[in-house]
Amino acid sequence: MTLPMTSTPILQFDSARISYFIRAGEANVIPDLSFSIAPNEALGLVGESGCGKSTVALAVMQYLGRAGRVTGGRILFEGKDLAQATEQELRQIRGRRIAMVYQDPMSSLNPVMQVGRQLMEVPMIHDGVGEEVARARALAMLREVKLPDPEQVMQRYPHQLSGGQQQRIVIAMALIAQPALLIMDEPTTGLDVTVEAAVLDLVRELRTKHRSAILFISHNLGTVAHICDRIGVMYGGELVEEGPIRSVFANPSHPYTRGLLDCLPTLGRDKHGSKLKPIQGQVGSPLKRPPGCQFANRCAYVEIGRCTTAPIPSLEVTTDTDHVVKCVRWAELPPRSREAGEGAAPQMVGKIESAVRVEHLRMYYKRTHGLFNTGGQIVRAVNDVELVADRGRTLAIVGESGCGKSTLAKVLAGLETATDGDVTLSGQSVGHTAIEDRKPDLKRKLQMVFQNPDSTLNPSHTVGYAIGRALKRLKGVGGAAARAETERLLEIVKLPAAFADHRPHQLSGGQKQRVAIARALAGDAEVLVADEPVSALDVSVQASIINLLNELQTERDATLVFISHNLAVVRYLADRVAVMYLGKVVEYGPVDAVFKPPFHPYTEALLSAVPQPDPDASHARIVLEGSPPSPTAELPGCVFASRCPRKVGEICDTTPPPEHALAGGHRIACHIPVADLVRLNAVG
Amino acid sequence: MAMQSTVETAVTLRARDGFVERWAKRLALLRESPTAMVGLGIILFWVAVAILAPVITVYPPNANDYAALANTKPSAAHWLGTDHTGRDIWSRLAYGARTVLTVAPIATAGAVALGIILGLAAGYYRGWTDVIITRVCDIILSFPVIILYMIILATVGASALNIILVVTGVKAPYIARIVRGCCMDIREREYVAAARMRGESGQFIMLMEILPNARGPIIVEACLRMGYTTITIGVLGFLGIGLPPPDPDWGGMVKDTYGMMSVWPHMSLIPCAAISSLVIGFNLLAVGLREIGLRD
Repeated sequence: MTLPMTSTPILQFDSARISYFIRAGEANVIPDLSFSIAPNEALGLVGESGCGKSTVALAVMQYLGRAGRVTGGRILFEGKDLAQATEQELRQIRGRRIAMVYQDPMSSLNPVMQVGRQLMEVPMIHDGVGEEVARARALAMLREVKLPDPEQVMQRYPHQLSGGQQQRIVIAMALIAQPALLIMDEPTTGLDVTVEAAVLDLVRELRTKHRSAILFISHNLGTVAHICDRIGVMYGGELVEEGPIRSVFANPSHPYTRGLLDCLPTLGRDKHGSKLKPIQGQVGSPLKRPPGCQFANRCAYVEIGRCTTAPIPSLEVTTDTDHVVKCVRWAELPPRSREAGEGAAPQMVGKIESAVRVEHLRMYYKRTHGLFNTGGQIVRAVNDVELVADRGRTLAIVGESGCGKSTLAKVLAGLETATDGDVTLSGQSVGHTAIEDRKPDLKRKLQMVFQNPDSTLNPSHTVGYAIGRALKRLKGVGGAAARAETERLLEIVKLPAAFADHRPHQLSGGQKQRVAIARALAGDAEVLVADEPVSALDVSVQASIINLLNELQTERDATLVFISHNLAVVRYLADRVAVMYLGKVVEYGPVDAVFKPPFHPYTEALLSAVPQPDPDASHARIVLEGSPPSPTAELPGCVFASRCPRKVGEICDTTPPPEHALAGGHRIACHIPVADLVRLNAVG
Repeated sequence: MAMQSTVETAVTLRARDGFVERWAKRLALLRESPTAMVGLGIILFWVAVAILAPVITVYPPNANDYAALANTKPSAAHWLGTDHTGRDIWSRLAYGARTVLTVAPIATAGAVALGIILGLAAGYYRGWTDVIITRVCDIILSFPVIILYMIILATVGASALNIILVVTGVKAPYIARIVRGCCMDIREREYVAAARMRGESGQFIMLMEILPNARGPIIVEACLRMGYTTITIGVLGFLGIGLPPPDPDWGGMVKDTYGMMSVWPHMSLIPCAAISSLVIGFNLLAVGLREIGLRD
């Protein structure tokens, strides 16, 4: 690989080898890594979890901890070997020359210190300037990260700011020292889509202004596509493909890069068109590395011998740009196709029956303070929601955190009970009945799949126990029959029968989620409520779980209530969509209608914020200002009025919006007449 | 392919480990913490002394060797010397270890059992159950315990059973507090919601879903409480409300001889050292277990 030798690279990995020394031995996470970042360049590192991205970031900061060590090669920062630097020099470099933004902003902010002081500390410590100068610089920086009312923000403590505002503060803290290199490790992963879009816009803008080089780590190809000049795809601690962003996206040459791109549901795909194409298998253990290509055991194009005996060299894809790939067969790969066979779900025909009806549902709870539960404020988590889930179809509920979608799921499941209104399941009222009081038949009928794969299974019990108990309680099956039934359920979710004896810690995230689905199906559930079942999983695994849910639905005619914040997943999986904001459904209807104009202004903003894995996709984003009002606030008008970019006027704040009924049961709650919405969306 | 199936079998075999193997593995983990190993070593030393007491001692614990009174200091005849009535200190320590190592574990086990029940109920049901249990526990915790012991034992009389019952009641709130905290955290996990969804009873969820996942902190706390209970039993003996004389009791040994500290310090310092070493043993084990727990 030829490097442009015009200037010293800011950061250079020169055959670096990094290992963690753990109980089981040496885990060689990074065997031999070389790359460099030129001044003012942004390099994106992508890959599944466990492929060594974060280790790269930690190694640059020399933060590998007690177990981690750089055991070979060099890591050069501005031409200087970081391993040779003294503790004193490292302190000079960290924070001043290299700044880091982590995924969780709260871990970088001191909770007992005003954010203004934390910002001022940086120039005071690193540049030795006085308080006044530091204050002025902090204020200027806050303005640059577009926080409203910087004077006021300076006085606040971190917990008084929203997640997006906190991340802006962290970015301000990173940039205030004018670092030569900015490392961002999944900086937007914990944020809502609209906030994520705003933060990414900010990073892009500040990049051109501050001329810092950026190392941007993400699992999301969409975010990387818009920030970076070059992209490096990591797998098993190696850069399997690296090159200019456009070249890699236009011509992905490594099977792994292709896999990452192809497994993504995008706004243009739905389940009737094509199946998603997951990457088979899972990331290998760094404790025992295969001699040849690390990806060989998951690769569809593997050729035993050529791929599996010797380390794979980096090969040039194009001669004019430095696009390189670690695959001996890259030139022989068939042309890329996103589709994996025909459509996953046939178009539904026949009579539509409703399985679950949600009628004027309200779920309020009291936020209490102090010893005697005084001063309670009412939180309207779900506020007058009306929905229908049709038998054998998928109803998706989409919205940002705090919109009430999870509370709605809990009421459906009986983990919470409604304050007002009702839920009917197969014609029987269940909205006010806690799960403990539901009849056995209703318990069996509606089951839930939870969000967090790490807490969905009890770590103390085997998989067989989890499914076996569900069989016993829901169906009364015990003994040998339960064992056979457990194995059948595991087969349905495509896990080997031997998994019945495994404990959750022996399973990967995707496998745990499969077990959770099997458990929910134990009583032959007719309705599955899935609360963000794939949001904690890697994209490659996410695709296979979505495919599984689809198959189950088609085979068993099951109804799926799918809660998600990911619009692309919803677009792919849903038949009907409800968009929620602050406890209200603002738009509801068949998936094709909701994802096509006319839009509710909130839906429009959400859609525009979805990061597209395409560097040339237009950036016409609708940025929502501010943060949602407090859920305890009483809002006489439209709940979205305070942030709506298309606000008509005072009427939005004072009068509840009328619900426009469109063709196919499509409903939009907005003061803007439908004809105008159509026109606005066409222009916007 | 052949390789893959071998790996599969290995994994399956590991998964099918029985109960004994799993505990053997957990005990093997102890070896990673030198602190825990030292603590365990001290405890096992005293356990061995207690079990082998008849074998490793020459004199009966209550026999008065008046000949030895001429020189009570440690000698070839009496390794640790004798007390002011000519009783062999080594014999009394060994037989006294039997008392401490039966009363302390039983009392602690009682406290752990009661504490688990109270803590689970408070943390799981919350509301009024929680208010009543935590308030009662707070009252016990804020009471000067020595006075509490003296009042109760003076009323019901000092016997091994009464000491066990009193210690159980007084130590249970400490365990209950820990269990309640764990329970309130764990009851919000999704697997508890899943258990509710399949219609499990409250008792089942508490005992089968929540309790197994709180065992780490409970084991550490139980070890610490064992140490404190050892002190408590020593104190009760010292105050004269321990086990009735003349049976050997470490606290009682100190009580009988502390007046002669300036002349014959070994008579009271040796049993003091015995109590301290056992307490330190339990504390080191607790610290070590916590270290191991944090590392995983």
